[in-house]
Amino acid sequence: MLPKGDNGAFIHRQSAHCESGSTSNLLLNYGIAASEPLVFGIGSGIFFGYFPFLKVQGMPAITYRSAPGGILKNTARRLGVRFEKFKFKDPEKAMDALDRLVDKGIPVGLQTGVYWLPYFPDALRFHFNAHTLIVYGRNGDGYLISDPVFDEPVTCSRKDLTKARFAKGMLAPKGKMYYLSDVREKVDIPVAIKKGIKETCRLMVKTHVPIIGAGGIRWFGKALRRWPEKYGQRKAILYLGHAVRMQEEIGTGGGGFRLMYAAFLQEAAQILGDDRLSEMSKSMTVIGDRWREFALYAARICKNRSAAGDNFDLLSDIVLECSERERRFFSDLSETAR
Amino acid sequence: MEKKDVPQDHGIFGQWHAICYVTDENGEYVRTTSSGWEPTNIANGIAWEFINEELAEVTEKVRKAELSPLAYYMKKNLMDVKMLSQYTGFASWRIKRHLKHRVFKNLDAATLQSYAAVFNITPEQMRDIP
Repeated sequence: MLPKGDNGAFIHRQSAHCESGSTSNLLLNYGIAASEPLVFGIGSGIFFGYFPFLKVQGMPAITYRSAPGGILKNTARRLGVRFEKFKFKDPEKAMDALDRLVDKGIPVGLQTGVYWLPYFPDALRFHFNAHTLIVYGRNGDGYLISDPVFDEPVTCSRKDLTKARFAKGMLAPKGKMYYLSDVREKVDIPVAIKKGIKETCRLMVKTHVPIIGAGGIRWFGKALRRWPEKYGQRKAILYLGHAVRMQEEIGTGGGGFRLMYAAFLQEAAQILGDDRLSEMSKSMTVIGDRWREFALYAARICKNRSAAGDNFDLLSDIVLECSERERRFFSDLSETAR
Repeated sequence: MEKKDVPQDHGIFGQWHAICYVTDENGEYVRTTSSGWEPTNIANGIAWEFINEELAEVTEKVRKAELSPLAYYMKKNLMDVKMLSQYTGFASWRIKRHLKHRVFKNLDAATLQSYAAVFNITPEQMRDIP
């Protein structure tokens, strides 16, 4: 059964992050009260991975969130919401399929690359292909787009949107699109919250895989110490800038998604009537702020091009501290999701 | 981060803003907008500095005819041979040949058009660099 949207007209709500924002806005459009932080938590979005063997535009891969697509998939499953998903080989067929849905008044989520989106600021124009946005209307040759990380809706021509939907490179979108097709009779948010927390805690502290979770943060911290010696001054600075960008530039709400997760915990505390989650929200805020301090010091080092050993030692110490805090945090948090 | 401390360091976002999750005076989480944060502006600047250095090196080689204009447009668009191969459907070895000045000079109109379409420029513009 698909509940009606509250007023039939899609409402653009600016969000911190594209996937959690798109998912939240689609759910809200169908009358399901799921804020962006709630979606982020239910979808188990918070994560950490350091994959130096995987180069992304020449840089070691660092991620503060779970795999692209995971937030939508997990949230949908845990709330009992069905999304129809499609992939295309032919760009024209992909655009015609989009048109048919949009003309029926159905808002459609798309995966796109950002490089070809005309409204993106030049400084952010990279070949990043796991972006999500929503098309909610058409206007002549133009599409009306609710790109969740932007202040207000934007427009895009068919030519540019086609190119963005079929951008090449890592995580190529291949015309992926989805729309909400059905919702379970009763959406159980409290249960969904607990499942989201449980999965997050599993990934952060229970897998014993050393490159992810709190262990991954520790590994990153230790590796960081050796960057100037291993990569040389120039590359060490470049990689450090990259780490700051993954934490703060790509739309994380601040502190590598940690502050948005703190917002989720505060909301979860109210929904579940569990004060422990309120306290955990405060702890997560402290952790998020510590990551912000890392970014502050890292940027200072980048600006001065001073990749001296003791500067990287200081940064490494901050990261190691974050790893220990997150190890304890997520171990404690898992107790609340029993 | 507290609402009163939200940075407004205008930079890489241009006219836009980012959403930050911050606590208000009651310790409640709220969303607020930020026009930018200096560390992020700096980190982004570092990335572009490196890119522009590499582009300058390629531009120099193109001017000396050590590489073809294709090398310039490929670099300008942050692509490598592999990505350009995925966009055009041309095999990597063919693209590498087209990076040579003497081969590029004699490219047929259709091939030139294929490259130009990827870079959103005209075939005429492809023949030279700005």
